Amino acid sequence: MEFLLQPLTLLTFFPLVGVLVILFMNSEAKTAIRWVAMATTLITFGISLWVLTLFTASNPNLQLDAKYPWIQVAGWNIYYYLAVDGLSILLVLLTAFLTPISILSTWTAVEDRVKDFMIFFLLLEVGMMGVFLAQDLFLFYIFWEFTLVPMYFLIGLWGGPRRIYAAIKFFLYTMAGSILMLVAILFLGIQTNTFNIPEMLTVLPGLYSSGTITAATQMLLFIAFAAAFAIKVPMWPLHSWLPDAHVEAPTAGSVILAGVLLKMGTYGFLRFNIQLFPNATIAAAPWIALLATIGIIYGAAVSYAQSDVKKLVAYSSVSHLGFVMLGMFALNVQGVSGAILQMINHGLSTGALFLLIGMVYEQTHTREIKVYGGLWKIMPIFGTVMLISSLSSMGLPGLNGFVGEFTILLGAFGSKAIGSPWYAGISAIGVIMAAVYILYMFQKMFLGPAGEITKEHELKDLNWREILTVAPLLILMFWIGLYPAPFFNLIAPAVEQLLSALPL
Amino acid sequence: MTQTDFSTLLPLTILVACACVLLLVDLFIPKNRKGITAFLAALSLAVTLGFTISQIGSESTGFNGMVTLDGFSAFTSILILVSGLLGFALAYGYLKRMGLERGEYYVLILFSISGMMLMSQASDLIIVFLALELLSIPLYVLAAFARPNLQSEEAGVKYFLLGAFATGFIVYGTALIFGATGTTSLSGIFSAASNGTPSLLLTIGAALLLVGFGFKVAAVPFHMWTPDVYQGSPTAVTAFMSSGAKIAGFAALLRVFATAFPALSADLTDILWALAALTMIVGNITAISQTNIKRMLAYSSIAHAGYILMAFVPYGNKDVMPISIAAGLFYLVSYVVTNFGTWGVVIALEKAEGKGLEIADYAGLAKKYPALAAAMTVFMLSFIGFPPTLGMVGKFYLFRAVIAGGYPGLAIIGVVTSLVSAYYYLRVVVNMYMREGDPTIERESWLDFTTAITAITTVALSFAPQWLFLMASTAVFRLF
Repeated sequence: MEFLLQPLTLLTFFPLVGVLVILFMNSEAKTAIRWVAMATTLITFGISLWVLTLFTASNPNLQLDAKYPWIQVAGWNIYYYLAVDGLSILLVLLTAFLTPISILSTWTAVEDRVKDFMIFFLLLEVGMMGVFLAQDLFLFYIFWEFTLVPMYFLIGLWGGPRRIYAAIKFFLYTMAGSILMLVAILFLGIQTNTFNIPEMLTVLPGLYSSGTITAATQMLLFIAFAAAFAIKVPMWPLHSWLPDAHVEAPTAGSVILAGVLLKMGTYGFLRFNIQLFPNATIAAAPWIALLATIGIIYGAAVSYAQSDVKKLVAYSSVSHLGFVMLGMFALNVQGVSGAILQMINHGLSTGALFLLIGMVYEQTHTREIKVYGGLWKIMPIFGTVMLISSLSSMGLPGLNGFVGEFTILLGAFGSKAIGSPWYAGISAIGVIMAAVYILYMFQKMFLGPAGEITKEHELKDLNWREILTVAPLLILMFWIGLYPAPFFNLIAPAVEQLLSALPL
Repeated sequence: MTQTDFSTLLPLTILVACACVLLLVDLFIPKNRKGITAFLAALSLAVTLGFTISQIGSESTGFNGMVTLDGFSAFTSILILVSGLLGFALAYGYLKRMGLERGEYYVLILFSISGMMLMSQASDLIIVFLALELLSIPLYVLAAFARPNLQSEEAGVKYFLLGAFATGFIVYGTALIFGATGTTSLSGIFSAASNGTPSLLLTIGAALLLVGFGFKVAAVPFHMWTPDVYQGSPTAVTAFMSSGAKIAGFAALLRVFATAFPALSADLTDILWALAALTMIVGNITAISQTNIKRMLAYSSIAHAGYILMAFVPYGNKDVMPISIAAGLFYLVSYVVTNFGTWGVVIALEKAEGKGLEIADYAGLAKKYPALAAAMTVFMLSFIGFPPTLGMVGKFYLFRAVIAGGYPGLAIIGVVTSLVSAYYYLRVVVNMYMREGDPTIERESWLDFTTAITAITTVALSFAPQWLFLMASTAVFRLF
């Protein structure tokens, strides 16, 4: 019992309770199934808030350990080990926060195989929580790979017309990255005789300084981990799976994909690459900054060229996550805390955009920008909400996006690790470009004369359920935009400790 | 024959005696009640299994060191006997439905299993040969069991011809080894080979043995027979053959190489490396283009032989050998469990005259039979090596052993081919879940039971693999 009552164990595995209940429900009882899934994820969110109250912000170390020996035979040293620290607490909260919102968004959008949908969705939540909480590489790898399976089904079963192609591409692309990480994990496990990350961190410096693991090997290990995470982020030029997956995925899938799954990649860099391979991190920082900058500009430029609004938002993710990567590899306090905050911001604003696009798509069944027009007149609430989310996404001061991007650029300008202010300078152009493509999209869809679709359909404005779906996101956008201090306070001590371990 | 001789071979003796008696008893069982034969055969296996389990931990040699009882033989024998039981569970309804219900089926499998058990205990090349024949000949007959079906007859003949050819290699290799060392006992060969540099004759002999066993476990380039034989044989036979024959082949390979040829590792390691790499690459890539599920699984079984072969590559390294061979055994268990489950699903969908065996026939399965589709998904994920399944733990263990042995390149080939395999295993999942179709299945309680139990084992064991690790490691520990 003690094992099950650990707050983090409960947080990770509580959705399984919902899975078990739904499994024994009649698949025709759709509304009941939705309520069970909703209740499960709300309770999970409640648990995550409980975890937040137990969390000590001033403590930079891992907290709330749930640690039990798991596989301790034949030279293996594997623990069931969950813990949380400043690097992961916000992502854990984001996951628990976005899941019920996504489920609420499916209330009328998913009518087919509701039972299967909810089961996969809850399983996905287990996987995501596990990724952010696992402190043992074996356990982490299991959760990391496991998230692929439910997401594969979500895209492949409830997606758009090219869903099978998109699902397989998503699965194989992501798996291609993680298999190299597997080899690197095994290599580390053999060299350090453990898979437990804190233990590994005490052994590794010795192995580096004694030359047991040479600088070149360290770089190879860094690259193997980076391959897995860079595909997930996705960093340019490994992003080509993302637009397909986003466009074909159902709305709730897109929200989780953009909101949480991509953050698994950036979080991976933070937790594993920077901590485990300090020297390689410093050597690679300018290169990562270069790729991030290219991604920022490229993502923004390609976004502008899209005629499908969901694709536009998908490519904007490539650009936004470029900022996250740039800030993270600035390797100073502003950069890294800005990057962590920006992960949350991107989850909120892009999540909101996908939700809103999904709501209008449900009525019109098209995402072509050019067939819309003059939506604001017909759907004023929708227009307002969309405007706020768009402004948040492009980084208007007073909203959350600005805080993150500003801190990141500040960090990147003065970064010793990147070594040149040019990356930040060029990336700043990306902020302007974001304004261009977002406002272009907004203008075409919401202003001007009514488009053909707008005339054809009797479009209804958002109903109460839909307002309730996006309202929490809007509140957080303003909160972070106007008063980000409590969020930074959660992150700062852990970030400072992370950076103090680097030989900069 | 002393008492030790007797106790060393006790379970095997019981099984052979049961098989002989059953052959006679079967004559008096009326044609429409062959279920009794099946029950008696399963009972014989269960009794043998009980005796084998009771012998865990005891060690002895018998018949002047020709057979050995140790942890390794107990481990593999248990695995073989469990495969036999699972094979019966799959076969019972299938044979009835296909009009193949004849008492010989069960008796032949019992004889084949006795051969496999003898193989796992053999510590002399003559016994290896004897066991090989004992296990193979019933399988040749079983492959052609659906006569006068042409495909089945072709499978039987093909398997027989190529199998006989492979046996020839083993006999010739044994002769050369005898010429080089003057003995056929494994420990004798070991001491002869360790004195001074091993002679060329011995190396050639060992290589010939490798070729022979390569045929048996279907390693590339000795795999040509596999797809045709797996496709042509009655599916229940294929299920048993692809598990049992592999276990026995690998058991012999493990024991012979680990106990007799460590001195030859300088020459043989590279060959094993190439064999493993080729088998993984060719097996997985050829599987992609298959549209028939039996052929696809045949190539997938070739690919998995490649993964298991990886465990042999570091066999000359004294520190790594125990964990690497234990990893091989562990993977063998995960393969066998997953394999039986998969064949169970295939049998459930198979119709008379070879219908229902195309991958396209799986379309729409998830909507009509969600539990069966879920089980199949578990098996496919396990074959890919995805959590939460036994296959994932198996691959983790195996790749770790290979990297620890100093062959990261081979591990990289292993993970990359796993990625390739994801493509064709997922195609089955895509068909089941994402395409429309109207499949019908045969419901049969033993079949359902086998599929359910293997699916549950595949998932549950992945959360608690410790004891299986421990068993595999202790089994191997006693080898040295």
